[in-house]
Amino acid sequence: MAQRKTALRRWGRMVLRRFPKHLLIWIIIAYALFPVLWIFSASVNPTSSLSQQKLIPDHITWDHYRTLFTDPNYPFATWLLNTLKISGITAIGTVVLCALSGYAFSRFRFTGRRLSLLSLLLIQMFPQMLAIVAIFFILRMIGDYAPALGINTHLGLIMVYLGGAMGFNTYLMKGYFDTVPRSLEESAMVDGATPFQAFLRIMIPLVRPILAVIFIIQFITSYSEFILASVLLRGSDQLTLSVGLRFFTEQAFERRWGPFAAGAIIGGASFLLIFLPLQRFIVSGLTQGSVKE
Amino acid sequence: MRSQSPLHLSVKIILLGVLDAAVVWAGVGLATQAAYALLSLLLLGATGLNIAILSRRAYPLRYLLPGLVFLVGMVVYPILYNIYISFTNLQTGNLLQKSQVVQLLDGRYAPAPDETTYTYQAYLNDKNDLLLLLTDEQGNHFLSRGESLEALAPDDPRFVTQDGSVGLDVAGYQPVTGAGIYQLLPRLEALAIPTDGLYLRLSGVRQFRTAIKQYRYDPKADRLVDLETGVSYTPVDGRFTSADGKAIEPGFQTWVGLRNFVTIFSSAAIGKDFLRVFLWTVVWATLSVFFSFSLGLSFALLLNDRTLRLRLVYRTLLLVPYVMPVFISAFVWRGMFNENFGIFNRILGDLFNVQVPWLTNAMWARASLIIINVWLTFPYMMLISLGALQSIPDQLYEAARVDGAGAWRRFWTVTLPLLMISLAPLLIGAFAFAFNNFTLIYLVTAGRPAVLGAATPAGATDILISWTYRISFQGGSGNNYGLASAISILIFFMIATISAIGFRMSRHLEEVYG
Repeated sequence: MAQRKTALRRWGRMVLRRFPKHLLIWIIIAYALFPVLWIFSASVNPTSSLSQQKLIPDHITWDHYRTLFTDPNYPFATWLLNTLKISGITAIGTVVLCALSGYAFSRFRFTGRRLSLLSLLLIQMFPQMLAIVAIFFILRMIGDYAPALGINTHLGLIMVYLGGAMGFNTYLMKGYFDTVPRSLEESAMVDGATPFQAFLRIMIPLVRPILAVIFIIQFITSYSEFILASVLLRGSDQLTLSVGLRFFTEQAFERRWGPFAAGAIIGGASFLLIFLPLQRFIVSGLTQGSVKE
Repeated sequence: MRSQSPLHLSVKIILLGVLDAAVVWAGVGLATQAAYALLSLLLLGATGLNIAILSRRAYPLRYLLPGLVFLVGMVVYPILYNIYISFTNLQTGNLLQKSQVVQLLDGRYAPAPDETTYTYQAYLNDKNDLLLLLTDEQGNHFLSRGESLEALAPDDPRFVTQDGSVGLDVAGYQPVTGAGIYQLLPRLEALAIPTDGLYLRLSGVRQFRTAIKQYRYDPKADRLVDLETGVSYTPVDGRFTSADGKAIEPGFQTWVGLRNFVTIFSSAAIGKDFLRVFLWTVVWATLSVFFSFSLGLSFALLLNDRTLRLRLVYRTLLLVPYVMPVFISAFVWRGMFNENFGIFNRILGDLFNVQVPWLTNAMWARASLIIINVWLTFPYMMLISLGALQSIPDQLYEAARVDGAGAWRRFWTVTLPLLMISLAPLLIGAFAFAFNNFTLIYLVTAGRPAVLGAATPAGATDILISWTYRISFQGGSGNNYGLASAISILIFFMIATISAIGFRMSRHLEEVYG
């Protein structure tokens, strides 16, 4: 009895001692989450005006979500699909291209290899968006001859994203390949595999974590990219979510607050749905990639 | 490498041949249209492909080429092109090539010294071919299909009388009458029918008039002569300009050397904008990283306690701001900072009856942006700090404690210096990222509020990159691509310097503490 009493007291003391810390943490969490809660509240609030929004709505309504998918002036569903399509294709393309080039830099010794690696390091330091004027003119020029790749096309934008993704991700990929022992492919080749078969059947399965990392990094980057998309895409049906929402908020933002909030929630949620299942790869993949043999 | 079966090899060569044929076909097309930049890219790619497939030594190229195509086409080439633009005067009013301008001016006409007028009757056949019967002041008739003038003898058998005047009867052609003539006018306006060194040009709904070419371009002397006045024009600064300074529009692209760079530093007005924008960019990046890191590190210290309950839950919840796409957070914060209806001003108004001009006053707008950026980035700082904290060995703290160092002292002498070894490069990276964080600035304030008297569209919250964007695409008095490209090259050198400092610093710190 007495023992239990002291144990209880000790536990109580610990809670008391820890209480300020937990309180502080919850205050910080409130700071981190407040904007998100607030925008969610706006999306289910009966009013669509910013001025009348209450943090705790009188009653919950899903009207804004309905408006979002039925308003012909703002084809939100199209924007979301465009974004998922562009980000998905870019991410897959980046994984394929960087797996190939990373493998070459890691395994083959060819003239100009060191120079290429160094140039790659320099090039990836130059933010692609700085050359936006040039990219705009180049895409317009390409569009004169191949309209499917010009201004205001998704393929054109994907090409631009792919180019921008090469530098950094090739480095990441090469670092990871460096950690995989050579003996594995060598034995495969002794068994009669061609070098490409060894690459495809032996190496690719081994480096799956870094492929996931590159996929997700590139997906996130393209999903949130704004400047290139805003310059290169024009027609309302062609826009990505970032450019579309900007278009949505350009006029009378305050009065369309409800539908905008619903759009923000859907945009954020669809992003999270893709991000969360893959996030554990990021930490493990990045740390493993940086460790040298 | 193993030798290949003959079948494999021949399939490969046939496919390559087909592809090369396509490249040649496309290349000829590009060459005839003088698209040399695209042509060279195409040839470069095709050459690479052939070498990669045919040469054994170039085997690695097969792996590199697919990525290389995009890297060269969408990054390297744009960078080079950007450098080129920065040495030209490319801007609104100077967008055309010189040859295009010469061609354009060649299509301008002036009235001939002693002009004659011609009335006309137009005819069309069912293929929409045009036929004109022209009659000069003396009553002579001429026939034209648009390219040349053919005199008709007075007794030509094709003459007929139509509605009391002379007409033509050519098989298949019907006279254009009534309102039909108005639909035909754009076609007639484009005509310049040569005759005896003069040209017949449409000069009214019902008549043609003799005209001369306004300009003659002499490619050897690179001189344009106005045939009407005799004044000669030479290219100055991307415009044909006469000796007394009169310039012909439109201008054309031309090489201007370092002028764009010199303008940034020597032009008082633009230089002032540059300095202001540059200073704010540095302040913005520094304060963002400083506050965000301080906050993130403090939270990491709070959470870096293995006995803390709910630690993982807390960590996940604190990651939310980092995981939200930036463009969504930017809009949400813009709504919260709204001056009239935003949540902050509603609370402040209810409690203290004050309204803060969050996004409309220069200083407040800058503060708001930093507040937003700190919210966006502190989870990242927390994550990297947590990782680095866990790698500091406990013995070091033990030793410090034995030596009598308090918690405060331990933090400043053990924790922080050791953290900096691994975090300094990441902080420099974060600085470089904030330095170029176009999306946030553009979506929250778009550089506003505007600054009165600025020579370029440079607002109070514009950072270098958003300023560049606005000069390129939102110039009030036209877009100046040359200037924007020059600034973007300066930005590249700044970023390169920052990165170089980052590399050196991490090496230096490792030497000291590692």
